[in-house]
Amino acid sequence: MHPFSYVKVSDIAGALAAGRRGGRYIAGGTMLVDLMRETVERPSTLVDISALPLRDVTVTARGGLRIGALVRMAEAAAHPKVRATYPVISQALELGASPQLRNMATIGGNIMQRTRCAYFRDVTAACNKRDPGSGCAALGGFNRTHAILGASDQCVATHPSDVAVAFAALEAIVRLVGPDGRRGVAFADFLLPPGSTPEREQAVRPGELITAVEIPALPRPLRSGYLKVSDRRSYEFALTSAAVALHVRGGVIREAKVAAGGVGTVPWKLPAVERRLIGERPSEALWAEAARLAAEGARPLAHNKFKIELLKRAVERQLRIVGGTA
Amino acid sequence: MSRQAVGAPLSRVDGRLKVTGRAMYAADHPTDGVVHAAVVGSTVARGRITGIDARAALALSGVLKVISHRNAPRLAYRPNPSSNNPEGGERLHVFQDDKVLFHGQPVAVVVATTPEAAQHGASLVEVRYDAEKPSTDLTGTPAHAPVTYARGDADQAMRSAAVRLEMTYRTTRNHHNALEPHATIARWDGDRLTVWDKTQWVVGTQKELAAVFGIEPDAVRVISPCVGGAFGSGLRAWPHVTIAALAARELARPVKLVLTRKQLYSGTGYRPAYEYHLRLGSDRRGRLIAMVHDIKAETSSYEDFEEGVLAAGQMLYSMPHVRQAYRTVPLDVNTPLYMRGPGHATAAFAIESALDELAHELDIDPIELRRRNEPSEDESDGTPFSTRRLRECYTLGAREFGWDRRAPEPRSTRDGDWLIGMGMAAGVHTTRRNPAQARVLLDARGSALVEAATSDMGPGTCTAMTQVAADALGLTVRAVDFRLGDSTMPPTPAHGGSQTMASVGSAVQDGCDQLRRQAIELAVADERSPLHGADAGDVAVTDGRLHVKDDPARGETYQQLLARNNRTRLETLGSFTPEEPRFSMYAYGATFAEVAVDHRLGLVRVRRMLGVYDVGRIISPKLADSQALGGMVGGIGTALLEHTVTDHRDGRIVNANLADYLVPVNADVPDLRAIYLDGEDREASPIGVKGLGEVVHIGVAPAIANAVFHATGRRIRRLPITAEALL
Repeated sequence: MHPFSYVKVSDIAGALAAGRRGGRYIAGGTMLVDLMRETVERPSTLVDISALPLRDVTVTARGGLRIGALVRMAEAAAHPKVRATYPVISQALELGASPQLRNMATIGGNIMQRTRCAYFRDVTAACNKRDPGSGCAALGGFNRTHAILGASDQCVATHPSDVAVAFAALEAIVRLVGPDGRRGVAFADFLLPPGSTPEREQAVRPGELITAVEIPALPRPLRSGYLKVSDRRSYEFALTSAAVALHVRGGVIREAKVAAGGVGTVPWKLPAVERRLIGERPSEALWAEAARLAAEGARPLAHNKFKIELLKRAVERQLRIVGGTA
Repeated sequence: MSRQAVGAPLSRVDGRLKVTGRAMYAADHPTDGVVHAAVVGSTVARGRITGIDARAALALSGVLKVISHRNAPRLAYRPNPSSNNPEGGERLHVFQDDKVLFHGQPVAVVVATTPEAAQHGASLVEVRYDAEKPSTDLTGTPAHAPVTYARGDADQAMRSAAVRLEMTYRTTRNHHNALEPHATIARWDGDRLTVWDKTQWVVGTQKELAAVFGIEPDAVRVISPCVGGAFGSGLRAWPHVTIAALAARELARPVKLVLTRKQLYSGTGYRPAYEYHLRLGSDRRGRLIAMVHDIKAETSSYEDFEEGVLAAGQMLYSMPHVRQAYRTVPLDVNTPLYMRGPGHATAAFAIESALDELAHELDIDPIELRRRNEPSEDESDGTPFSTRRLRECYTLGAREFGWDRRAPEPRSTRDGDWLIGMGMAAGVHTTRRNPAQARVLLDARGSALVEAATSDMGPGTCTAMTQVAADALGLTVRAVDFRLGDSTMPPTPAHGGSQTMASVGSAVQDGCDQLRRQAIELAVADERSPLHGADAGDVAVTDGRLHVKDDPARGETYQQLLARNNRTRLETLGSFTPEEPRFSMYAYGATFAEVAVDHRLGLVRVRRMLGVYDVGRIISPKLADSQALGGMVGGIGTALLEHTVTDHRDGRIVNANLADYLVPVNADVPDLRAIYLDGEDREASPIGVKGLGEVVHIGVAPAIANAVFHATGRRIRRLPITAEALL
């Protein structure tokens, strides 16, 4: 670990002031400290924002849900409102990490997570994300867990978060505050595919602070859930995951929100699957047909060809679990 | 009458110490004036060091010194065959030249006043290399000349066998991944070296340090009272132990060196990867005729590591014809080492999978097939078995597991999206014994101190030895204090290979028997003793009181005896020296597994497991269960999760951390149960034990793989079994 200074702030103005001076925000620290130990991250100043008043879960004026950036994963998962309205969020949270980590890690930090790519985390390996221009060791290396969707010739790393997949499916909005004021960014625009700048991972401007993640109101009743496929039964990142939310009225699917994790460089929204579902009646055949569209555009690497089939099957399975076969 | 301690389900005598955090592990030992070391590992796997720039590290506040081959003193590195150094080749000579032999090899060490400064300094040392393309892939690399075995004419017999199968099984490299990282504190007092180390063998580390530094073993003391798991990784003194001692000598200050998790993957050994090619021939009734084993395993370029992978193929089943060739393949990697069930576990995966394949081929129940091939003697050399009760393991296991509910046809049982399967496998592990000693002291208060230079990496050595001693001395468990982990104590063999209970336990028993007899002799010869004149053979000791067996009222306590005779203590040195074996001695087990396989998503979940063991006498049933359940959990890891991944382009280990190297978590561990056949084996050891710690791991992976086949109809011959193999 490289030496750093540490400052704790008590209000947002103080945080932004410290951020403006180049400080790096830290909340639960479950990822940043890890990466500092590996010298992947070498911040000179840590700004501890854990005392900021961003720990509430509230219902928005339009009936959506606003989860404060500093709400812990465990708190968000257990929150009655979250559990009742968006089980997909609770499930995604509870299938991630370990109880200890979920007690520390925050929602804001969760979506800021950096990839688990082993070459990114090993400072002696080539990695364009960590060290732009150095190359990508994963492209020709061990890439079983890497992306089949959204990759570039610069980077094939996946985004590791589970709850971000649920947020992507539900078309959440990330609320930010920065030197230039407040703004909201659609989740689809928040996490950035690598393209030619894999070092840029989020649409966060310098010094900006996440204040909340907002889930827009969706028509009721909404059934939703999260499926995670991983080698190990818990405490393990997804090989593939599927977040599904369906609004069925009069026996017809009126609204479908579907995204996949573990397969894309960012949580992978599946609009083709959603379109195939809307206006149809739930059936085994429909789930299978829709899921066939899940891997459109997938480009496998040497060790992850199986993810194409696994992705389709995971989406199909989760459509059935959420949508049933009425 | 007090109850017998042996056989009672005692909790760990050191359990409270451990769960309250007061147990002292290697790195915990407080040492005045200690400074901290951090290792710099090579970032190439083969080549030469052309430059080391330590200026940035040395400029850091707190950094005291950077040592590499450029400035390290020459070390003696005398030959030492006695510390689990492989017979072939020569160990790594740390900081003695510019050669790089594997990725992560220590090339420098930074010593600083704080661990933080040392680690930061280590990250700033710039090493330049003249790198060559390494060879790290077992497949396609030339092998050493084989170790061979043959009886009959297996190749000829294969040609005429009615049923012939030919398979290649592949296992991956597994690392021990104990919770406690390897750590060493070294301190020199003049020419005398004291080392606190994580080791399974203080005597082995003592001898190795003496050999490396060219000093007498008596000048080296190694202390290791607690070991936070090891599974074999502590059976050798790895380079970091030398580095700590070297740095301490150079700085003339005590040095503490704790390997990082990542460094454990290159700084200590591992279970080598194997390619196990097996041909078998049988008649149509499933009687085996021949097996041909062609085995390849990885080793390092500088040492030839071999392990007991051949035994099972020679003696587990009856057949006239066997041929074996075991080749190690030298690679640009660090040297492997024994890991739980070494060799045997790998052989079991191949042989026990193959038996399952044959059973399916012939439509014979897998247990029945094994019964048909049960030998009546050890066919490798014609010796009789001391005890071999595998048939009973099968019968009891089948009954307790509900084997009769298993529909023979694969892929015939479903539970929603899950396919359900049952599998089983036999396991066998050599009963090892080696000379051991133990010192026994009985003090004036009637309490005993028993000491031996063994180790407790988790099986509960302290507890089990306390039980043996308590019974032999006629004391309660509370009155016995067993201590271990100091090379000044009476010598013992390595704490590995399931030999500790048989060897050290027998020495403890001998020492305590001697001491009890000594006390009895003292009493019956003492005119003032109520026992005066009694026949020594008629006197027993119960709860610290010597008494006539048939007249319990006639007697006195150890305290009374010692006080009256003005003795502050009685002392004996127990020993155990195994006789030349006249029998074939092995521990056996049968493991049963039920798995559920999500056939669409390729997920395997173990639902329940049962192990039935023929291991001789069980000294400490509660700790035996801990051993057995731990062995099964490790087997789940080997079967489904564990896989050290090497990037063959540059020899780096890609997943050198516990987030990416997967070991089972609680959610992966289902309903596990262990049963031990009642009995003992007095040929194996005076205390009747055959050894337990290894055999409980052996057979687990093939039982799971066989269950996966039964569930799905898919035969997976490569471990670990992951989703891509089952989609």
